[in-house]
Amino acid sequence: MYNGGKILIGIIVFLLFAAFPFYNNIGKVSAKPEPKLNTPVIQQLAEKKCVEPKDFMKAEHMQMLNDWRDSAIREGKRTYINSEGKPFYISLQNTCMNCHSNKKEFCDKCHTYAAVKPYCWTCHIEPKEKRS
Amino acid sequence: MKILVPFFAVIALVLLAVIGTAANLHFLFGAVIPYAALFIFIFGVIYRVLKWAKSPVPFCIPTTCGQQKSLPWIKQNKLENPSGTLHVIGRMALEVLTFRSLFRNIKGELRDGSKFVYGSDKWLWLGGIAFHYAFLIVLLRHIRLFAEPTPAYLYILEAFDGFLQIGIPRLFATGVVLLAAAAFLFLRRIYVPQVRYISLAADYFPLFLIMGIAATGIIMRYFFKTDIVGVKELAMGLVGFNPVIPKSVGSIFYVHLLLVSALFAYFPFSKLMHMGGVFLSPTRNMVANSREFRHVNPWNYPVKVHTYEEYEEDFREKMKMAEIPVEKE
Ligand code: HEC
Ligand code: HEC
Ligand code: HEC
Repeated sequence: MYNGGKILIGIIVFLLFAAFPFYNNIGKVSAKPEPKLNTPVIQQLAEKKCVEPKDFMKAEHMQMLNDWRDSAIREGKRTYINSEGKPFYISLQNTCMNCHSNKKEFCDKCHTYAAVKPYCWTCHIEPKEKRS
Repeated sequence: MKILVPFFAVIALVLLAVIGTAANLHFLFGAVIPYAALFIFIFGVIYRVLKWAKSPVPFCIPTTCGQQKSLPWIKQNKLENPSGTLHVIGRMALEVLTFRSLFRNIKGELRDGSKFVYGSDKWLWLGGIAFHYAFLIVLLRHIRLFAEPTPAYLYILEAFDGFLQIGIPRLFATGVVLLAAAAFLFLRRIYVPQVRYISLAADYFPLFLIMGIAATGIIMRYFFKTDIVGVKELAMGLVGFNPVIPKSVGSIFYVHLLLVSALFAYFPFSKLMHMGGVFLSPTRNMVANSREFRHVNPWNYPVKVHTYEEYEEDFREKMKMAEIPVEKE
């Protein structure tokens, strides 16, 4: 082999990049997030149901918020009829966050895990929570 | 043919993943194939690099286009004609980070039927650099799925990448740039007749793969969404050697994953190895000091030579008789 030293350095750098997720993860335990639903409003619900079915909310809630925003602000329609025909008042703070008043234990749990930082809260007011 | 075969190969991969998930082979597509692909990638790349390292460089062949180191009052062009290791490092860094030799790309064409003119042609460079940097950022963004807790610098990256704040989830600019640049590089191969003529299936296949990866990624993020928390669970399981298959992850994710696996597994056998090859190209990484030092071909073996002195020794008398001048009387 020619230039063995340099080749070796190159291969080590390559391995450092390629195997980063593996050695970065050694000794860390990651539990998947369990968003908490134990808010006072949700506990009083007869049927513990979100606006739409849970699987849909999990994947599509951001899309839904976008549609809500457009419908409220651009079209002035502030009522949303869900797939079961039940009406909801369109509001991030007064509808979503009324039920999910535990933002830190709910929204943020997933968002920290998935490394998303919705910028909504620079304008919209977060529900008041005890600092945990 | 050269276009259709790789195109249908990618389509076949997509269908394979769809059928596989429909047939409940999630573990195969979500764990076995990704592991195998990564294994092939890492060891394949190392194998190729070692193989290159075994071949000697017989000649001193740096390509230069500037003044070589010469008399002290003649200004040397250190980047174009490096005479020391530091110069070479600078030259390589610019080559790897800014594709400098591609920037010099020129195009010749006939004007007015008879005049042959050269002009600068920066489109390939622009497409290439947009493509590579977009790919790099997209790749780095995926670290969020492989690291828990997510490193803080990723939030900065996401904030910049999504600063347009279009829609929710925020549109990441690099995803669009990646797809557009790959599409541009593909169209270039089709529309420029000379490039089309020299393009092979091995040129189209990686382009189709990457376009497929970018497209499925964009579709998964903005259109047919899937449970990202589940995806991260799967990814974390893989890096922790404890694979889990969350049920909530849709087949679009498996299509994306299979295409990525195919890219990784294909990498060491393809032109994509220029990732490592660019560092090993003698025309760039050698010091242009052929006038200072003799470059000895490493595969030279000792050759039995018969010098002139020995020759004269053998034939001196005969040479004298024929009145040929000799060096030693
Ligand atoms: C009527 C009260 C209520 C409202 C209003 C409400 N949610 Fe929910 N949400 C719930 C309940 C209850 C669940 C749990 C559903 C289940 O377990 O089936 C839930 C579940 C969810 C989930 C899935 C959590 C998980 O564990 O995967 C998300 C995401 C979510 N909600 C987001 C929202 C958003 C965004 C809004 C506003 C558009 C909203 N919710 C409005 C009550 C509500
Ligand atoms: C620049 C400040 C700002 C940001 C950032 C922002 N909003 Fe808003 N949003 C507003 C204003 C102002 C209204 C109008 C309130 C009204 O008319 O009731 C509004 C209204 C809404 C509405 C409908 C009405 C209501 O009361 O909720 C929704 C839904 C909404 N925003 C969602 C979002 C989401 C989701 C995000 C984050 C991705 C976001 N917004 C980020 C300023 C902002
Ligand atoms: C089940 C886990 C989960 C819960 C609970 C959850 N989210 Fe999300 N949310 C996500 C994931 C994952 C993404 C990122 C999707 C992506 O990157 O494609 C996201 C993205 C978003 C975005 C878009 C962010 C951006 O900038 O792109 C908004 C807005 C948002 N969530 C609002 C909420 C709100 C408000 C709540 C609480 C009511 C909530 N989410 C609860 C998982 C969750």
